[in-house]
Order: sequence, then structure tokens, then C-alpha cells
Amino acid sequence: MQKTIVAVILMAAVTYIPRVLPMIIVKERSKSRLLRSFLYYVPYAALGAMTFPGILYSTGHMTSALIGMTVALILAFFEKGLLEVAVSAIVTVYLIQLFIN
Amino acid sequence: MKSPITIISNNAYKHQLDDFSYGLKQGIPIALGYVPVSFTFGVMAVSGGIPIWVAILISLTNLTSAGQFAGTNLIISGEPLFEIALTTFVINIRYLLMSFSLSQRIAPGTSLLKRCIMSFGVTDEVFTVASLEKQDISFAYMLGLVFCPYWGWALGTAMGAVICSVLPAGIQNSMGIALYAMFIALIVPSSKKSKATMIVALVAITISSLFTWAPYLKRISSGWSIVIATVAACFIGAVLFPREDL
Repeated sequence: MQKTIVAVILMAAVTYIPRVLPMIIVKERSKSRLLRSFLYYVPYAALGAMTFPGILYSTGHMTSALIGMTVALILAFFEKGLLEVAVSAIVTVYLIQLFIN
Repeated sequence: MKSPITIISNNAYKHQLDDFSYGLKQGIPIALGYVPVSFTFGVMAVSGGIPIWVAILISLTNLTSAGQFAGTNLIISGEPLFEIALTTFVINIRYLLMSFSLSQRIAPGTSLLKRCIMSFGVTDEVFTVASLEKQDISFAYMLGLVFCPYWGWALGTAMGAVICSVLPAGIQNSMGIALYAMFIALIVPSSKKSKATMIVALVAITISSLFTWAPYLKRISSGWSIVIATVAACFIGAVLFPREDL
């Protein structure tokens, strides 16, 4: 039990450190257009890399994940809200898995 | 008659309140999206033998998805502390990039203490929503933005931890896709508007796919693969499509 608590504290520390370090160190805004453009693209690149192919392994069945992803892509293309896209994907995956089994 | 100083400070106060409530509103959909994911986390932790209160404590202190899922898995399988810390850290390295990116957008004059508090709330979704904001990011805005996701994350964990045993496995599996679906909902509308953004995202996806499936490359952990894919795609984006408007 004690080890679990120590592990939780360590996890909290290694999660907070990368979040806080740049905020403490970087106080000036960079004037370099290259660096500013680089940082501008970070959210899109990070989200892309995190989503694919991770999404394919998120449900335990690649088929249901693929179909869930397709539904999410279509709804996102028509600019539906975060929640609507998430819930639709969950329901799709659930129904597909019922169908497969 | 009010002195000019009081009027200025009253305005500043009202401005902060506006920023806070504006952030609060933007945080609600993030929080709602978090509930199924943290619910899954609660189910996973407790079914692995973690006490309910520890599962909630993890969500309150970590406030991250992949990192705490992986760390908790390693606790359950009894790995040594060093491995738990190292794996969680590698998964979280992407926050270095996100906080660096966000540091360029923080309202000038924000104190160090405030920056330290703000940075606690930098999650993938909070970061993305804050980045897409046109204005400077103020302390009050960030507090508002993080408020609902923070408590939604804890609440979902608590519900999952308590309800754990009654939930059929089929529903648990289906909820795994929730977070990714949210990512898609964040990224597709922006990619529709800007070709450069879409190319950067596609390059990142291609590289992360290589790190998952290509021989040799697939030995690299998913934490590093996200960092390398992000850095490479952003560099290509910055060189090919430098932004004039920043």
C-alpha cells in the first residue's frame, strides 16, 4: 500500500514537471518566425500522432474501432461537437461489437 | 465620487470574471468528454485491485489520460517504482512541447506562481482549446477552462471505481474510443480550414504509424513515438508553410 502511494506521488511529479518547466523557463516570446510556426503546429501534429494508429487498438477489436473512427471522422467533418462525436463513436463501437459476437 | 484607480480595478475585476466564465463555458464539453474516459480509468484501476480512494487520488493529482492509465497498469502488475516513473514520464514528454507552445501565448505580465498553477491544467484537450483561442491566454481564462474538466475527470473516476463490478465488458471496451473520437472532433474542423494544418497532421500520423508497424522502428515506445512524430511534422510544417500571422 505504501509503495502504491509513493508510485502515485512519483507519477504526479513526472506528469507535472514537463507541464511546468517550459512555463518557468520560457518567459519571453520568441521572435523567430520558424520557431513560432513550429509551435503553432504542435497541437495538430500531437493530436494526429496520438490518435492514429492508437485509435485502432482502443476497443479490443480493430474492425469495431475502424468503423467507430469512420463515424467520428464523418461527424467531425460536419463540425459536430466534441461530446456528440465521442458518444456516437462509443455507441457505434458497442453496436458493432454486439453484431460481431 | 469614485477615484479613477477604483474604477480601473473594478474594470480589471470584471474583465477577469468575464475571462473566467468564458473559459468555464469552453471547458464544459471537454469535461463531458472526460467522464466516459475517466470512468473507464476508475473501472480499470479498481478491477485491478487499486482501492477506490487511491483511484480518485490518481485522477486528482495526475489529471492525464495515457500517463495515468499506463502508470496504474504498472502499479497493478507490481513493477518497480523506477519503471513506473520512467514510463509515465516518457508518455508525458509531449507536455513539454505543449507547455512550450502555450508559453508563447500567455498574457504578458502573468506572475510565476500563476504560470505554475496554470501549467497543472495542461492536458491534450485543454491545450488544444486554449491554443485555438485567438486572444492571449490569461490566468482567469485558464482557471475557468480547467475547472470543469478537472472535476469531471475526478467524478468520472469515482463513478467508474464504484460501479466497476456491475458493468459488462462490452460497454467498457466501447468506451475506449471516446478520447480518440474527441481528438478527431478537435482536429478535423481545423484541417478543413487550413491545408497546411491538414498536411502537418497527416505527416504526424504517417510517422506515428511507422513507429507502430515498421520493423525496428516499432520497438520505440509510444511516448517517444508521439514526441518524434510531433517534432518532425511541426518542423516540416514550419519550413514549408511558415505562418505570416503570428
